[in-house]
Order: sequence, then structure tokens, then C-alpha cells
Amino acid sequence: MSTLRTALDTRSPGYAANREALLAKLVELDAEHAKALAGGGSKYTARHHARGKLLARERVELLVDPDSPFLELSPLAAWGTDYPVGASVVTGIGVVEGVECVVVANDPTVRGGASNPWTLRKTFRANDIALANRLPLIGLVESAGADLPSQSEIFIPGGRAFRDLTRLSAAGVPTISAVFGNATAGGAYVPGTSDYVIMVKDRAKVFLGGPPLVKMATGEESDDESLGGARMHGTTSGLADFVAEDEVDAIRLTRRVVARLNRRKLGPAPKPVEPPLFDEEELLGLVPTDQRVPFDPREVIARLVDGSRFDEFKPDYGTSLVTGWADLHGYPVGVLANARGVLFSEEAQKATQFIQLANASDTPLLFLQNTTGYMVGARYEQGGIVKHGAMMINAVSNSAVPHLTVVMGASYGAGNYGMCGRAYDPRFLFTWPNAKSAVMGPAQLAGVLSIVARQSAAAKGQPYDDEHDAAMRRMVEEQVEQQSLAPFLSGRLYDDGVIDPRDTRTVLGLCLSAIHSGPIRGADGYGVFRM
Amino acid sequence: MIRKLLVANRGEVARRVIRTCRELGVSPVAVFSDPDEGAPHVREADAAVRLPGAAPADTYLRADLLVAAALAAGADAVHPGYGFLSENAAFARAVLDAGLTWVGPDPGVIGAMGSKVAAKERVAAVGVPVLPDLDPDAVAEFPVLVKASAGGGGRGMRVVRSRAELARQVESARREAESAFGDGTVFCEPLLERARHVEVQVLADAHGAVWALGERECSVQRRHQKIIEEAPSPAVTPEARQRLFDAAVSAARAIGYVGAGTVEFLCTDDGAFHFLEVNTRLQVEHPVTEEVFGLDLVAWQLAIAEGERLPDEPPAPRGHAVEARLYAEDPAHDWRPSSGTLHRFEVPGRGEPGGVRVDSGVEDGSEVGVHYDPMLAKVIAWAPTRRAAVRKLAAALERARLHGLVTNRDLLVRVLRHPAFEAGDTHTGFLDQHGLTAPPDVDVRPAALAAALALAERRRTDLPPGWRNVPSQPQRVVFGHGDQEVAVEYRHTRAGVVTDVDATVVSASPDAVTLERGGVRETFPVAVHGDLADGAVVEVGPVALVLRPRFPEPRAEGVEGATSAPMPGTVVRVSVEVGQRVEAGAELLVLEAMKMEHRVLAAHGGVVERVLVEAGRQVGAGEVLAVVEAEAS
Repeated sequence: MSTLRTALDTRSPGYAANREALLAKLVELDAEHAKALAGGGSKYTARHHARGKLLARERVELLVDPDSPFLELSPLAAWGTDYPVGASVVTGIGVVEGVECVVVANDPTVRGGASNPWTLRKTFRANDIALANRLPLIGLVESAGADLPSQSEIFIPGGRAFRDLTRLSAAGVPTISAVFGNATAGGAYVPGTSDYVIMVKDRAKVFLGGPPLVKMATGEESDDESLGGARMHGTTSGLADFVAEDEVDAIRLTRRVVARLNRRKLGPAPKPVEPPLFDEEELLGLVPTDQRVPFDPREVIARLVDGSRFDEFKPDYGTSLVTGWADLHGYPVGVLANARGVLFSEEAQKATQFIQLANASDTPLLFLQNTTGYMVGARYEQGGIVKHGAMMINAVSNSAVPHLTVVMGASYGAGNYGMCGRAYDPRFLFTWPNAKSAVMGPAQLAGVLSIVARQSAAAKGQPYDDEHDAAMRRMVEEQVEQQSLAPFLSGRLYDDGVIDPRDTRTVLGLCLSAIHSGPIRGADGYGVFRM
Repeated sequence: MIRKLLVANRGEVARRVIRTCRELGVSPVAVFSDPDEGAPHVREADAAVRLPGAAPADTYLRADLLVAAALAAGADAVHPGYGFLSENAAFARAVLDAGLTWVGPDPGVIGAMGSKVAAKERVAAVGVPVLPDLDPDAVAEFPVLVKASAGGGGRGMRVVRSRAELARQVESARREAESAFGDGTVFCEPLLERARHVEVQVLADAHGAVWALGERECSVQRRHQKIIEEAPSPAVTPEARQRLFDAAVSAARAIGYVGAGTVEFLCTDDGAFHFLEVNTRLQVEHPVTEEVFGLDLVAWQLAIAEGERLPDEPPAPRGHAVEARLYAEDPAHDWRPSSGTLHRFEVPGRGEPGGVRVDSGVEDGSEVGVHYDPMLAKVIAWAPTRRAAVRKLAAALERARLHGLVTNRDLLVRVLRHPAFEAGDTHTGFLDQHGLTAPPDVDVRPAALAAALALAERRRTDLPPGWRNVPSQPQRVVFGHGDQEVAVEYRHTRAGVVTDVDATVVSASPDAVTLERGGVRETFPVAVHGDLADGAVVEVGPVALVLRPRFPEPRAEGVEGATSAPMPGTVVRVSVEVGQRVEAGAELLVLEAMKMEHRVLAAHGGVVERVLVEAGRQVGAGEVLAVVEAEAS
């Protein structure tokens, strides 16, 4: 057993500067989160409260156990789009009656809780998490339905919402809908496809067609209550299993339903938990402001894992990637962490072997990304870097143990893939506020474009305008820089949230605990490893 | 010689007598009713005899069963304790007739003194001043006091301030006296509202020696029930003391008293005193005399019963002793008795040198039921001076852990720390004069915060409590404190606990929380009893908080105008009929619980629509008793 030591000098000017820079990023992050918290703004919030209704987050807070942690997912969804930050829905993982559940709560203060394309994506992500980790799904439903101006982007893909619910149910993952207000037209199928349905008296409205539509379709005169009221559904249609007196009562009933699910976790129980030897606060001073300056990921691991104990694998081979075993909040993990950005053939082969070992022992994997990609150049191409990179991608793709990914810094090129980026379906992926991700660095990308343009001009025998070239480079660089920042990526659901680095251990602990609701089993086989 | 003693009593006094038995080498035998089967006094005795049933009339008031128990257990003597049959001449006689030693005065003396009316006549004859007896039908001046001739412990006693009330109160006193003592005789005396209650402990042997063992002042009372007693009295001058002693000794000699007894007087500010009664038994408050004189009155009771002679002179008194009676009752709610589990009973310094004496009938986990007197314990402090004894007693009470039941502890502390009490300016109307029964307006928010944080610590997992990556609102906890609701908000952050209470959280554990307020750190001990999900009681030092459920069960729609039982008990009498018009505050019916009558009053005026119970019916707390339909206004 080896305990990590630290070489971090917390009194150095570099440490102070790093810390200051990251703290500034965290202030910016708080400001973006505040937009999501504001929902539809003070006017709609006040109106909602005046109707005696709770906000989405108030419902969630009441639903989860007192003093229990709650991990909100995708809080920055729709950042940088035409839609409000947060995408008019709150999703997360919380503990209800001692059971970890995925919660999806519509935010009715944002256009009545109507779904826009980002609402769908965020909700689907929550559904995926519920299915992959076998977490009961609780919907706190109050939605005006589809945001009609964007119906073309919603209608066809939106059908997945109901498909997901029934597939969860078929997979033995319970689904519960508590309806606080509108769930009409297609929205009626949310309770319709749930295992358990709770409706709030005098508030819930669940029907395929409202009175005007019914009048148009059949000429029948009707009203909201007879078509879709909670009492009607509780006594006549049977769609409501429970009729709640009010919102608080609906949450009480939801909790009672969860208490009676008799959920058992299928993964192994954690070992006793030990805090790391080193202060997580120091993570702020660890990450250089300049992404080109590498940092030792062991300093991060020493602040994440139990007792700062880390059994490093192949410590002297492929040293640009650190691999090894540790426990995090009592759960065993295999860690892969970039040490000096670039992945060479040795690193790719080391990672491939390590991932297979983790699968052989049913051990979840934690990827700590800070990579500029696989090495380029004649020597490396001739040495088979494509083959070796492909082996690593094969291993990551077909690995069946749960993966967790944290983007600590750079995540460029195929390094993003090999280190289990979003496309590789890690169970959870979180980003530090300083992180950047793109096909390559902004300067490199602009430079490549410049070289190609210059060559093209030369081939055509045209003169090359250096001034124009500089402006183009600046513009491209700015655009790529902007699109590689954490909030932009998070807004597009390319991660599950941007987190304070000091929260990393807590977030990973929560995720590992959630993951262990399901079984942990390694892969039975892989694609062909090209040798 | 007494070898084996049957203690014909329960609870605190039974344990008190058993303690002396142990010191003397006498083998104690206990008796127990069904609810008392697991009580400490049963465990501490060498043998125990069951008295089937629960009601006193079926158990501790059954002279025949008690004598049979003594004979069955092979006891050679019976100690009656106080209350129950302690002043019942027939019981004393039955004990003697069975060939057993009676630890107490002669049955003839008990009988003579048991009638307060007769006792007054006997002592008046030897020159002891007494209050006049008033004819209930010819009372001219109010207020008057209606008393049960056979009474004690405030039972069967009523203050009457107007002629209109008189007949009803006399009737009620009669019924209570009949139930409690088996004798419904009552009489009236002028009520001396600012008088002090002073009593002289006497000890007389069978050979003619009578000691006056100092006086006790027992003026602080609730409903004629003493709650704080001390020796000596702060108001009695040496000259007056001598006159009191002389009167007490004369009274004892006049009736040929043998054993330990108490002669009670009412004293007025002008130094005058009037004989009240002779108690022919050990008094509840006897420990203050024991502490001041350094003797064991129970041991002397046994020695005198064995025929021993008193020495020529009593020991010299030293210092000052104060006793407070801890009751399971709520001073803020008409002294409503509280029943249930006493989860924790701990008085700091108990039995330690320089600490306090605690005579209790209960221990951790005791069930306090509805059948018997709700006194939990007596706490007695001795010190060279009155000031020191009072201070010590107040501190011990304040720091005591009394979890699970509402008690009068805070009231006792308030009395002991009141300037008027400090000045020795006490009288029987002390509580009312100083408005001490209502709880003072104390800020319980820091205690509520401590409770909430301790609960959070109890729920703590390996993850930070209440952690949020996107915090939007604090944790909120609501506690009930008496009739009030106290809500506190807090959030655990990286920089510590953020709260809406004006305090900084220094540290928190499941059992203690340290807060800093105004630069002063204070540690709040926290204990939790009951189910955290459903109405747990959180005791923060002396503050009891009831955790309100986050999700109140939606209530079945209650019947409007329904009056429900404030506590479990037996309906003594229904005072109204269906169809009757009643004023707000009118008596609907009377419940008896824990040997006290409790009037159930109309919350509002209206017409009695339904009465759901009848006299003799056992009712549970919260059970609907009657429905009064409010009048349309």
C-alpha cells in the first residue's frame, strides 16, 4: 500500500495566482447558476407562489430526506442558446426515504414549464442516468406541454419521453409521477406511462384533449375536472393511484411510495470511508492558469481518494498517463489520469491493459482528463500510434464497468475519446470551471486553417493577404476559445455539470453510491484489438 | 425488635423507607399495584406482594390486602409512608390487631387528628390559637377555604370567593374527599391570603419525651400543594420560634402523641399564628429537617415503635436546607399532569459530598401513569446559609436532565431565583402574586438551532450534510415549544453553518452543539427521544422541543365545536345536558386524572349538541367528549 505525498507549495506565488484565477471562475459559475435558479424570474415566481404553489426546487427540497445531499444535474443546460439557462426543468439525484432516486421537476415559472429542445435533452439525460444506474425515477410534473414555436425540434424526438418511462419500468426501475398541474395532450402520457401516479386535488389536469378540443372534435360539452381532474382520475378513470390534498401531501405520498418500493442496492457495499490526508481546498491552487503547463495528477488523486492511498500500476512505463487503484468514499476505483497531456503509444497500451484489468475485477474506472491528444509526427505514426490509440478506444468503448470522467483541464482531440469523453457514455461526466474541450487548441486550429489557406492560395498562384490572415486567425481563435469553455459545453449537455473542484470528491462519492444501486460487472469481450 | 418491615406504599416514600431499612439491617417488603410491577421500590425490596389492579381504591388503599401481604411475607411491622392509608386509624388498628407493629402513633390519636374539626377543638382546649370554623350555609365574608376534614395534599380543598360558587365547590370538595379519603366531611375557614405555612416537626417517644425538631416553612404552594419547603423558616424570629415550639409540644402532649408528627400553623405578618392540623405521619418535606438536624426520622420512627427512648436533648440544628418537589405537570396549563415515559432522570451532584439529596420514585425509563400522584422526586440542598442552599438547589434543578415529560422544573427554578423568595418574602399566594406560573418569554431559537444541528449530525453520512452543488434554499426545521412553534433555518457550507439564528456555530455533534453569541460560547447538550420521523422530543438542556413532522398527515375533518379530553382520565360528572345553552368557559364536565379533578370548559358559547360520555367512563387523551354548536353571531 502506498500513500501519496504532496510537493505542493501552498505559499508559492504560483499557487496563489492559480487559486485566485480559479476562484474568479467560480464566481462566474455562481452567476450562471443563479440564472438557472431564477427560473422564469421574480414576476412568475411571485405569481406561482401567490397561487399557493411551490417552485420546482422547493418541491425537490421537500421531497428529499432532511440533511441529505442532492446532486443537481445539467444546471447550465441551454446555456448560450436562445432558451433560458436550466432549460425549464430541474433534474438531479437525491435521497428519498433512504433510496437514491433521479428527480425530474418541471419549472412551471418558465413558460408554464413547457418543453423546449433543451428541456428534452436534459430530461433524456436524467432518464439515461436512471436506467444505467437503476435509480427510481420521480417526476414532479407540471408542464404546459411542447413549446410550440420549436415544435419541429420537439415533436418527433419527444416521443422518447414516454418510451423511456416504459422501458425503465420494463427494466425493473420504478417510475413515479406526481402531477401538480398541467399534464395534458401528449403530456398526459407521462403519468400514463408511470408505475405510480399521484395527483394533487383541484390542481392536476391530465387529459388528451381539453374542453375546446373535445367540443371541436365531437361536439361534447365538458370541463377540466370531468376530463382530467385528480378526483375524477382517483375515483373514475383510475389513472391516479393517490389523490393528494395539496402539494405537500403529494410529496408525502410520493415519499411513501418510494418507502414501499423495498429497493435494495445490487452493487457491493462500500468499505469504511476515510478522508484524504490532504485538503481539497488546495485543489484550487494546483491547476495552472496556463493550460500548457502540466501538473502532477497525483496531487489531485491525493486530495480525492480515501486516505490518499494510491497503488500505482506501471509507474515507470508510459509515464504521461498515471494509472492505479484507490478507494473513493469506500468504493474501489481504477484511476486513469493524464500527467503530461500527450498520449503516446506506451500510454495507450498501458491504458488498454489497465481498463481490461479493471473489467476483470469488476472495478469502476475514474478518468481524470487533462489531455492535448495523441502524439502526432512521422516517428509516432510509424510507431503505430493510430493502432495503439484505437486499442485504447476499443477498450474504453467496450469496457462494461461504470466509468466516471472529470475534465480537470484540457480535453482536446482524440484524447477526449480515449479518456472517456461524452461520446463514450461515462455514467457521469463533470467539468472543472477552468476546463476546455475542442478538436484542438484554438491557436493550433487557427494556425492549421491559416496554413491550409496559404497553401491553397499558393496553389492557385494568388497572393495571400497577411492582414486578412491575422484577422481570420484572431476570429477563429476567439470563436473556438468561446466554444471550448466549460459553460458552453455544459449548456450543450456535453457534461452533467460544472463543479467546484473542491466538491469533486463529494460529487464522485455521490455518483459512486448511485452507481452501486445497480450491479457492477466487467466486460465479457471487446472488439478486435489491432495488434 | 423489627426484623422485617412491610412498606405499605409506593414510589418515592417506599424507596425512602427501604433505604433506612437497609441502613438498619431491617428486611424491607414492598407492595405493588399492576402498573408498578417494574417500579424501583419493588426491585429494591427483599420481597414484594402484588396488589391486583391499578386504582388506589383497589390497591394501596386496601387495608385488608396490605395486612394480608404483611402476614404472607412474614413481616413483623408496617410502615405506612405518607398519603394513602398513612393517616387511617382503621388501618393502623387492623395492623395492630394482626399482631404486627404499627410504625406511627396510636390509632386513637390518628382518628382524633384525622378529623380536622375535632383536632382544632382538642388543641384549642390547651390554649393553642385556631381559626374559627364557618358554617357553609352562613358564610358572611369571602374568600373562604373549603377543606376536607380528612384531607391532605391539597385534595378536597377549594378557594371560594363568592357565595354563588360556594354550594358547587363544597359539593365538588366533598366528592373529591370521598374519593380520596373515603370521608366526605368538609368545613370552611376564613382564607388568609398572604399567610405563611409554617409547621413544627415533633418527635415523641412512648415515655413522655417530646422534641420540637425545628420548623419548616412550606409557603410556596400550588393549589394548596406545597412545592418548595425549607428549614428553618426565614420569617420566624427566635422569640416566635419558641412560642411555636411550645404550642406544638403542648398540642402533642395534649393528644398523647407518640412517633414522628407535624403540627401545622398559618402565620401572618404580625407574628400571629393559627393551628391548622396535626399530621400523624412522616411528611413529604421531612428531609429538610433531617438535613438540618443530621438525623434520620424514619430510623427514629422505627426506634420509637420498638420502644426506644429519645435522648434528653435533640441535636443542635445547623445551616439551612431547601427542598423542591419535581412534579410531572405543566404549570402553564393549569397544572395539567403529564404522563408517559420519563426517558432520562438525572440530577447533577446527586448523593455526592457537597451535592444535593434526591429522593425519587423514578429512574431513567420510568413510566409515569395516570393513577397516582405525579410527583417524580424531591431535590434537597443543604448549605451553611439559606442563600447558598437556595443557589445550589436552583443550579441542580436547572442542570437536571428530565426528558420525556413536561415538569414544573422551570417554575421551581424561577421561584428559587425570584428576588422575593431570596428575601424570604414568601406566602401561600406567592406564585399568583408574582405571576410565576406563566412561562417567561425566553428566546429558544438558539436551543432550536442546536437541536436542528444535532439532528443533522445524527443523520450524517460520509457525505457532507445537506450538500448542494447548486444551493437554492436552507434546511428548515420546525419545533413545537409549549404552545409556540419555532422554526430555524440553516445550511452547511464550506465556510461553516449559515443560519437565520443570530449565532455562530462553533461545533456540532449528535449530543452537543456549541454556539457563539456576542462573543460568548455556550454548549447545548442535546438528547433525542422517540422517532425522528414522527414527533421526536429533543431536549436541549432544560428546553424541550417537539420535532414537528415535515408532512403532517392530512387530518380527517374535525368536528367543529368538539371538546376533547386534555388527558386520559375518568369522567366524574357531566355538568351539562344536550340542548343546554352554555357560555364560553362554562364547565362541561369534570375529569379525574392522577387524583385531581380537572374541569373541562366550553371553548366558546353555544348550545350543547352532543355529549358523548357519561360519569364513570374512562377516556383517552384527545377523545371527543362533547360538541357545542357555536351560536351564530
